[in-house]
Amino acid sequence: MRKVSAVNLAAIAIGIAFLYLPIVILVIYSFNASRLVAVWGGWSTRWYAELMSDAPILDAAFISIRLALVSATAATILGTLAALALARFGRFRGRLLFAAMIYAPLVMPEVITGLSLLLLFVAFAAERGFWTVAIAHTTMAMCFVTVIVQSRLVGFDMSLEEAAMDLGATPFATFFAVTLPLTLPAIAAAWMLAFALSLDDLVIASFTTGPGATTLPIRIYSEVRLGVKPEMNAVCSIMVGVVGVAVIAASLLAKLSGGERAAPAQP
Amino acid sequence: MRQNPPRSFWQSLVVRIPYAWLLALFLVPFLIVLKISLSQSAIARPPYTPVFDLAAGWHGIHAFFAALSFDNYVLIGSDPIYVVSYLKSVEIAAFSTLILLLVGYPIAYAIARTPRHWQAVLIVLTVLPFWTSLLIRIYAWMNILQRDGPLNALLVALSIVKEPPVWLSTNTAIFIGVVYSYLPFMVLPLYATLEKLDESLLEAAADLGCPRWKIFWLVTLPLSSSGIIAGVLLCFIPIVGEFVIPDLLGGSRSPMIGQTIWMEFFGNKDWPAAAAVAVVLVCLLVAPILVYQNQAMRAVERD
Amino acid sequence: MQSAGSKRGFAPWADPSVRPLLRLESLSKRFGGFTAVDHLSLDIYEGEFFALLGPSGCGKTTLLRMIAGFERPSTGRIVLDGIDLAPVPPYRRPVNMMFQSYALFPHLNVEANVAFGLKQEGLSKLEIARRVADMLALVKLDTFGRRKPHELSGGQRQRVALARSLVKRPRLLLLDEPMAALDKKLRGETRFELMELQRRLGLTFVIVTHDQSEAMTVADRIAVMDHGRLMQVAPPAALYEQPNSRWVADFVGDVNLFEGRLGDDGLSVEGTAAGRLRVAAKSEAEPGQVVWVAVRPEKLRIAPEQPLTGLDNSVAATVVDIGYLGDTSLYKLRIRDGSQIKAAVANVGRADGALALEQRVWLSWPPEAAIVLTR
Repeated sequence: MRKVSAVNLAAIAIGIAFLYLPIVILVIYSFNASRLVAVWGGWSTRWYAELMSDAPILDAAFISIRLALVSATAATILGTLAALALARFGRFRGRLLFAAMIYAPLVMPEVITGLSLLLLFVAFAAERGFWTVAIAHTTMAMCFVTVIVQSRLVGFDMSLEEAAMDLGATPFATFFAVTLPLTLPAIAAAWMLAFALSLDDLVIASFTTGPGATTLPIRIYSEVRLGVKPEMNAVCSIMVGVVGVAVIAASLLAKLSGGERAAPAQP
Repeated sequence: MRQNPPRSFWQSLVVRIPYAWLLALFLVPFLIVLKISLSQSAIARPPYTPVFDLAAGWHGIHAFFAALSFDNYVLIGSDPIYVVSYLKSVEIAAFSTLILLLVGYPIAYAIARTPRHWQAVLIVLTVLPFWTSLLIRIYAWMNILQRDGPLNALLVALSIVKEPPVWLSTNTAIFIGVVYSYLPFMVLPLYATLEKLDESLLEAAADLGCPRWKIFWLVTLPLSSSGIIAGVLLCFIPIVGEFVIPDLLGGSRSPMIGQTIWMEFFGNKDWPAAAAVAVVLVCLLVAPILVYQNQAMRAVERD
Repeated sequence: MQSAGSKRGFAPWADPSVRPLLRLESLSKRFGGFTAVDHLSLDIYEGEFFALLGPSGCGKTTLLRMIAGFERPSTGRIVLDGIDLAPVPPYRRPVNMMFQSYALFPHLNVEANVAFGLKQEGLSKLEIARRVADMLALVKLDTFGRRKPHELSGGQRQRVALARSLVKRPRLLLLDEPMAALDKKLRGETRFELMELQRRLGLTFVIVTHDQSEAMTVADRIAVMDHGRLMQVAPPAALYEQPNSRWVADFVGDVNLFEGRLGDDGLSVEGTAAGRLRVAAKSEAEPGQVVWVAVRPEKLRIAPEQPLTGLDNSVAATVVDIGYLGDTSLYKLRIRDGSQIKAAVANVGRADGALALEQRVWLSWPPEAAIVLTR
């Protein structure tokens, strides 16, 4: 058992504090009765109440959630297929280009991908709205899904798949009986990441959206670029709360179903 | 690499579907950006000319290519605001990446040295803010860095400064925002490499007479080089093109290249100019992107 | 090549009217520039317990994987029950494999693991349950049905892997170093259990191993491989007492080699480091040809003086190393020309009569204890 040195502990503590302090401050201020940041007006939930009657924000939230659900699911399916292709199909023709197209979007600045997708939609005279954003988000997210699922597949014990085939399972049956169940945690994590990426995205949505499909980040951005707004504090605090609960729930679920790890069997 | 048995049609679909998607929605758009960058702005729908029209026949295609020009690139080269914007972006990206490395490495190292069962928790804690919206987190910093915000309140209370300084719309604010947002992108690859580090190597070095700092310099650092490269590239490349952080925290007086593209596109409605700026940006970033891809592929093959 | 030495009077390979179950015809496997299996031909008969023995990298595992269908041969044919297996994918071959890592499905319990192969065959639930229960009872894991693999010990996991393969009643069961992960005691017990199981079910087993004593214990016949080629195929006793080359003689157990020229009568070898040596059996070598006399360490007699009868082969030696192993003592001795001889002596007494370092002794052996090797 390693001992944790004081320096290590300090580094971790400072790092964690740095990461969480702004969020904590944000949440605190969402309960500030006073409109001004400089003045603490006491605890109040008035901003949350005002939020509930703010129709455009609620609409935007609804659209964002629908968008995230659709694009996360599509991205997970496409990304898993791509991961399978990269991890299991050996050196097929065009593999290099395929891999390049998977890894490039991970680092490409969002203004570039957003711009290029918008120009594509315009060139094909596609009506911009919910579905163009969904397509854009799917494309962006599938690369993250591929990377996550691929790394799981690569570390997978190949002899498990061979054993399944040896026992009479076709490659199709092997995938559904052995590979998929054991890769499910990675696929689920990838889905959640795709969901978060879509929910959070501002730049790509701004480029590719159309009338009637204003997402929550777009609305928040248009409000806050002129300065801090207390209602926005409330919106953001809610989103933080939702995400926090979701991630903690997911971690607990993972812990509970854990115990059998598909690491290579030890003798 | 496993050998290839002949693939059935259904199996080949596994490759073809995502391949086709990416070709259509990643590669083709780039070609379109290239084409638009060679066009002129126009008051029309779409707001550029020429428009590729197959119905116009050979003559139309000939006219199309005749109308393409490098005017936009000339503009970028001649007008200093663009060059300044590129330089500022690369500068800020390089400097913030350095800060990220100096801040992120100790954190990753510390987490990798804690007992196993704590590591998962710590990593989740480090990544958790990433799951909350970037916009929200930057907005949180807007709150803090305001003239009459809590940071200044603290500084004045501790008598570190007399007058509350202005943080927003400065480069410093951008640095704070960037380091804050990109920290997980630096910590995770570093942690992944450091976690695989074999403790017995460090013990062997100590046994052979190496003092602790030397062990770090001669053993730990070189062995974590792949993580360092991954983290550096994963941060540097996107930071160059960042939009949200400089826009909210840095103001628009001295824009980074992401802001420039945005302003050309949404502000001036000059799509061809925006496209040209984007093309030049991609060319600037091609080298690091290729290095990153190469590194990523090798890391996967190694496993 | 195969003389006496089949263990239970079971020797279908010696009977020309019996057709082999598995025939490998000039099988080769190349990985780029590296040849793992080199034009290998072999017949394996039904009911055999066959062992592929060889050092790491000799190609035995590649050969096994080709039979299972996970590697495609570069050249050659694999014929099972008269059917060419080339177009048959692994999931349709009547061959099952037990993997070295056992490859138990971690997300399924023991019963589900064993039932996996039967489910692929589309049997009824009732039939599957019955056969699984029978098989678990056979491998003595009847109460472990609900457990998951990570809750089992290494030996138990091995038995689940075995049960999973056997329950499909394959024509051929391939075992890839099945006992490599077990400790010594467990290995010994498992060997006999495996033999018992194979005999009881009347199946054909092919085992891959680098452990000689394992191969010698369990197998009806052993194929010794090196660099992708078959060196010798024979029952254990024949392999040990009549190796066909110096390489095999040295690989299976220890051996002392004396180089010399075959004498005119074909029964003596001249000019060795131990002088003129006599052998009991004629070999196919020509008089005057360079040959080697091979003597196993346990066949050497050690005496303080030169033996009186001049008919035995003998040589003077000095003890240079003593290895005491409890049941035996291994001696290394140096003879006149500087070469080393290994001798093994059972410790019949209790440390009396034991030799000392630098002691001068005489080694001797009867002519029938040695054989002549021509390559």
